[in-house]
Amino acid sequence: MPKYELVLLKNMAQPGYTGSLEAYRQAGGYAALEKVLKERTPADIIEEVKKSGLRGRGGAGFPTGLKWSFIPKDHKGLKYLCCNADESEPGTYKDRQLIERDPHQMLEGLAICCYAIGAERAYIYIRGEFDLGAEVLENAIQEAYRANLFGKDLFGSGVNVDVSVHRGAGAYICGEETALLESIEGKRGKPRIKPPFPAIHGLYQEPTVINNVETLANLPHIINRGAEWFASIGIGKSTGTRVFSVSGHVKRPGNYEVPMGVTLREMIYDIAGGMRGDKPLKAFIPGGASAPMMKPEHLDIPLDFESIKEAGSMLGSGGITVMEEETCIVWAAMNLMEFFHHESCGQCTPCREGSGWVLQILHRIEQGHGREGDIEQLENLCRRIEGKTVCAFGEAEVGPILSSIKHFRAEYEQHIREKCCPFHPNATLSMVH
Amino acid sequence: MKYKALSKEAVARIEAELPKYPDRRSLTLPALRIAQEDLGYVSEPAMIDIAEILELTPIQVYDVATFYSQYNMKPVGTYLVQVCKTLSCALVGAASIVEHLQKKLGIGIGETTEDGFFTLKVVECLASCGSGPMMQINDRYYEQLTPEKVDQILSDLKEQGKSALATGPFMLPALQGQK
Repeated sequence: MPKYELVLLKNMAQPGYTGSLEAYRQAGGYAALEKVLKERTPADIIEEVKKSGLRGRGGAGFPTGLKWSFIPKDHKGLKYLCCNADESEPGTYKDRQLIERDPHQMLEGLAICCYAIGAERAYIYIRGEFDLGAEVLENAIQEAYRANLFGKDLFGSGVNVDVSVHRGAGAYICGEETALLESIEGKRGKPRIKPPFPAIHGLYQEPTVINNVETLANLPHIINRGAEWFASIGIGKSTGTRVFSVSGHVKRPGNYEVPMGVTLREMIYDIAGGMRGDKPLKAFIPGGASAPMMKPEHLDIPLDFESIKEAGSMLGSGGITVMEEETCIVWAAMNLMEFFHHESCGQCTPCREGSGWVLQILHRIEQGHGREGDIEQLENLCRRIEGKTVCAFGEAEVGPILSSIKHFRAEYEQHIREKCCPFHPNATLSMVH
Repeated sequence: MKYKALSKEAVARIEAELPKYPDRRSLTLPALRIAQEDLGYVSEPAMIDIAEILELTPIQVYDVATFYSQYNMKPVGTYLVQVCKTLSCALVGAASIVEHLQKKLGIGIGETTEDGFFTLKVVECLASCGSGPMMQINDRYYEQLTPEKVDQILSDLKEQGKSALATGPFMLPALQGQK
C-alpha cells in the first residue's frame, strides 16, 4: 500500500481498472465537469484554481489559474486550449502513464479548462512516438463524444468543446509551448519570440492556453474536493501531489505520486527502494535532464519548486535520475549534451553552434584527449549560451554541464591529467546517430 | 487530380483530417505521417503530392519533413528498431543492447539487414526511463530488455509479424498480477 493518498494514480492503482469511460464514470468521473457546467461560472473556476495554488506540471511551474486569467475576456474570435503531451524531457515518463491508464481523467480536466477560458477547440499535442497513447486517447475521445461529453451543448449548458489529437513527429523542442504551436500549424518546431505570449497571440494568432497533461488531470479533483483541500497538500507555494518519475540506479524505478515536499532521501531510499546493489549514491538529477545535477549532500532537500531552486537546481518535470558511485560524471554530462545537441532546433546560433562545441570538448575529455584549459573553455562556452537564446533551451542544455563541473571538477581534471577516463579506460563511448 | 506517389486511400485519409483544423497547412505533420504509413518512407514525389493537397509549395513540406526525426527520408526495413541511448537507459545498459543487436542482425547503426526485415537506429529519449533498456519497433515499445528478450522479440516479429513482449498500457511499478 502506498504511504500517501493517491489522487491522480488512484483509479489506475485499482486492480482491473481499464480506463474505459464506463470504468472512469463508475469511479465518479465527469461529475466535476457536470458540476461546473451546471453550477459554476468560468470566472468562478479560474478563482478556484488560483486558490488551489495549482502550478504547471510540465516543468516551469507557472501558476495555472494565473495563466488562464491572461486570456482576454472580451476577445471576439476563437480561443484555444492545447494540452502538452509531448513528454520528452529525459527522465520523465509520467504523462505516458496518465494517458495510457486513465485517459478520461485528463480529458475531463481538459473540458473543464476549455469552459473556464472559453475555448471551444482543444488540441492534444502528443509526441509522435506515443503510438499506443495516441490510440488510447483517440478511443477515449470517441467514447466521450458518443456520450456527449465532448461536442455540442454539453450537459444541456449550451457549451461546446471539440478536441482532437495532434501527433508530433520526433522533436524535443516541441514541448516548448510556442514551438508546440508552430508544430500544430504545420511548421518546423521553432520557438517564437515572447512577447507576445500565447495568451494573447497563440495558436493561429488567437488567445491560447497550453497546459501539461498532469496539470489538466488535477482539475476534476480540485473541483470535486475544493481548492482548500488541494492547497492543504504539499508545502508552501507548491501545493498538491506530484507524480515523480524515478529512473537510473534504484531498486524500484517507477512513477510515484506523493505530496510535494517529501525529501529526495525519502524518494530515493524509501519509496524507490534505495540504490541498486546498495552502492553509494554519487549524483542525481531532480527534475529532468534540464535540471542541474545534485549530490548526496542535497538528499534532505524537499521536493518542491522553491526548495530545489534555492539549492541551485529545478523541480522541472519531476523526472529523478539517480546515479551510483561508479558512474562517470563526464560521460553522463556528455550523454546529455549529445541529447541537447541533437535536439537543438537550430534557430539561435549560440545554441545550435555552442552545443556542438561543448559536445566536442566533452568527447575529447572523455576519450582521454582533454587539454589544459578545457574545463574553463566549457564554462566560458556555457555562459555564452545561457540567456542568449529565444527559448529556455539554452539554460536547459548548460545546466547539466555547469553543475557537473561545479560538483565534480576534480573528476574532469583527473580525466585530463591521466589522459583517460578512470571509469571507461577502453571506451568506444558514444553511439553516434 | 492525379497524384504521383500517394495511394487513393492515403489521399482520402489526409482529406478526412481537414475538418479538424482551420487551415490546410496544419495538416503537414498528419499528412507526412500518413504518407510514411503508405509508402514506408517520405519520398520526394510524396512531398510534392502533399504540397498539392495542402496548397503549399513542395519546399514548405520538405522543410518540415527534414526537421522532425520520425520521418524516414529514405526506405527502411519492415521493422525499424530504435534503441534509446539517453542517460536513464544508458545507465542501465542501453549500449549492451545496441551491441547485441548489431551482432545478432549483422549490421551497423543506421543499416538495414539484407533481407530487408530490420533497420537499426539509435535514438534519443522515448519517455521510458524507468523501464530501460528499451527500444521502439514500429508502433510499439519493448522495455526492460535483456539480450534473450531481444532475440525472442526479433524472432516473433520475423515469424508472426508481432510479439507478445510489446508493452501494453504503461504502468510502473506494475500492479502485482496485472500486466
